[in-house]
Amino acid sequence: MTALDTAATPVEARRAPVYADDVIRAFMIATVFWGIVAFAAGVYIALQLAFPALNLGLEWTTFGRLRPVHTSAAIFAFGGNALLGTSFHVVQRTCRARLWGGDAFAWFVFWGYQAFIVLAASGYVLGITQSKEYAEPEWYVDLWLTIVWVAYLAIFLGTLLKREEPHIYVANWFYLAFILTIAVLHIGNNIAVPVSWFGTKSYGAASGVQDAMIQWWYGHNAVGFFLTAGFLGMMYYFIPKAAERPVYSYRLSIIHFWALIFLYIWAGPHHLHYTALPDWAQTLGMTFSIMLWMPSWGGMINGLMTLSGAWDKLRTNPGLRFSVTAVGFYGMSTFEGPVMSIKAVNSLSHYTDWTIGHVHSGALGWVAFIVFGALYYLVPFLWKKQDVWSPRLASWHFWISTMGIVLYITSMWVSGIMQGLMWRAYDELGFLQYSFVESVAAMHPFYVIRALGGLLFLSGALLMAYNFWRTIRGEEPARLAYAATPAE
Amino acid sequence: MPTKIEKDAITGKQTTGHDWDGVKELDTPLPKWWLYVFYATIIWSIGYYVFYPSWPSLSSHVPGVLGYSARTDIVRDLREQAEQRAPYVTRIRAASLEQIRSDPQLLGFAIAGGRSAFADNCAACHGSGGAGTKGFPSLADDDWLWGGDLEAIHATIRTGIRSAHPDSRLSLMPRFGLDGMLAAAQISDVAEYVLSLSATGTDKAAASRAAPLYAENCAACHGDKGEGNAELGAPNLADKIWLYGGDKPSVVQTIAVSRNGVMPAWTDRLDEATIKMLTVYVHSLGGGR
Repeated sequence: MTALDTAATPVEARRAPVYADDVIRAFMIATVFWGIVAFAAGVYIALQLAFPALNLGLEWTTFGRLRPVHTSAAIFAFGGNALLGTSFHVVQRTCRARLWGGDAFAWFVFWGYQAFIVLAASGYVLGITQSKEYAEPEWYVDLWLTIVWVAYLAIFLGTLLKREEPHIYVANWFYLAFILTIAVLHIGNNIAVPVSWFGTKSYGAASGVQDAMIQWWYGHNAVGFFLTAGFLGMMYYFIPKAAERPVYSYRLSIIHFWALIFLYIWAGPHHLHYTALPDWAQTLGMTFSIMLWMPSWGGMINGLMTLSGAWDKLRTNPGLRFSVTAVGFYGMSTFEGPVMSIKAVNSLSHYTDWTIGHVHSGALGWVAFIVFGALYYLVPFLWKKQDVWSPRLASWHFWISTMGIVLYITSMWVSGIMQGLMWRAYDELGFLQYSFVESVAAMHPFYVIRALGGLLFLSGALLMAYNFWRTIRGEEPARLAYAATPAE
Repeated sequence: MPTKIEKDAITGKQTTGHDWDGVKELDTPLPKWWLYVFYATIIWSIGYYVFYPSWPSLSSHVPGVLGYSARTDIVRDLREQAEQRAPYVTRIRAASLEQIRSDPQLLGFAIAGGRSAFADNCAACHGSGGAGTKGFPSLADDDWLWGGDLEAIHATIRTGIRSAHPDSRLSLMPRFGLDGMLAAAQISDVAEYVLSLSATGTDKAAASRAAPLYAENCAACHGDKGEGNAELGAPNLADKIWLYGGDKPSVVQTIAVSRNGVMPAWTDRLDEATIKMLTVYVHSLGGGR
């Protein structure tokens, strides 16, 4: 392994330890690889919705089997590798301690996690699923992930415990909340009895509305702790580092952290409005979602306000531009979420494409962009380059992806609201105005626009992968030429 | 243990004195607007708990002063819907199909209700507007397997075709090939004969060879000239309208293994008024007799 002193603490003569960076580099490569898999799968199934013949008439390539490949690849493979890798980076640097447990242990987490992804995805394609959204893997994959996850928790906690800094940095609170809560959620939602030791099939311990409630306790907190808390941890390190500014408010970080952690865990029932779930649980789910608005925005304020005094850096640093735009999308979708949790709004939005648009303004705008921001910072840093090979290409990546997101979410807003209105429309005699299939037919143009948006997003990611490949290969940075060009 | 509190030159604020890998924090107080909006959402939630069902206890929950229940709501919605339709529905239930058809008001209502019920229950097989597709007859032409007047359509919808209903429409064309009633060459000849009825055959010799076979095996139901018989549900073979395809391989397949498609009986699934509206709607699609 390369053992170089990478911590930049110029002021004091504190000797930084030698950090474990090889495994982080591996995580970064895996992040880019799985990101492209996830985006490509998404584009493919989006095209299937617009043009159903693209499912090729094969069971392995139907929407039903590829959809979990897309969601798992995006959340767990792309997002997960980014979280694991950056958390290892951040926890070492902000604790001034090398990863606890030794290199082999960290590599076990890396390869164990990749094995989990491959086991899960191959199962989906072959039709092995427990049919719980975002928790599709069957019992044997769940057990394996539990082992890997506990190892990850041990490394993270161990590193925190042997830290040489007096305090634990806020990014690490968020990472730790993410790791701990995901462990609890994963185990809680996947309690199941296998039919046999050598078969893949199992039956969940809960059934009926209890099962639905446990599923959405899990599902919503996969959003809250995997897709929010974890990436807030990422934000709290990479934005101040890239902007070279202090975090806006320490107090805000404390209050919004605890408020977020406390409130998120109760919000799951808003996924089950107007179902067999008792009214009282629906009320609680809705009100806790409303109360989540400001705690979520606390993160946005801290992210954006940290830029004060450094906004000019957005012109020259495409990575920071990704991070800041991510925080903007985070603010938007954490406002949209509480609005959609209001029962009156939900009665229109539930089961429509509006939900899909909402999820993607979070997944593309927030999660993917904050990851891109971290990657544009980390790849040159970890491979010891001045900068990425081409900041100009990174800038293209930014604009192409942003256009993709805008096309995606606006088309889904229009199609989702249209869908909801068509479903509830009655004619003057009291009969339903439209049949279901008419609402499906009406969505076709928006499905095409959505697929186009996804295609742009995928293209941007391919530019990024190429840029990183050139960066890592160690070619002369194209940066000088870029700097010589007048303001873009 | 703040080690080194500094003053930030740009904002003029103090840092907390922490330093992690070069990252510091400002000691900015909570933004006031942020805090007050947060409080407001909490107060709003508590207000909501006063009115709506909320916190659980061991055996029940706080009911809320409005006495709200989603179940009560949906029952009320459905009742209001039914009340809105009731004046017409009562008349439709009492009227004969012919009366519905001749009363413009009732007819308009029945077609609107029939269209809605058709889209939900029938269009999946028969296509929107009853256009039909292979194996599922078009309801928009005047070629009827079991009769196209109001009474016949009504009976077909109520009891289905080859369904489990005791009064179901029932006809079973033999499987001439599978059951060894005709040899392969004979089936091919009969297919030519059947195609010749609509002047679409190509092999005149085969067709004339098969004339006696047709007369013996098919004519009883389908008629001497292939004109069909709606009493028996035997399709017209001479009108170039084909349910399972009119090319020779399709006709050979039909004769060899028979088709015998199934339509469910709707009398147990839909109320009588809806079935009557469906009848009038289907009758109005273009081919009603």
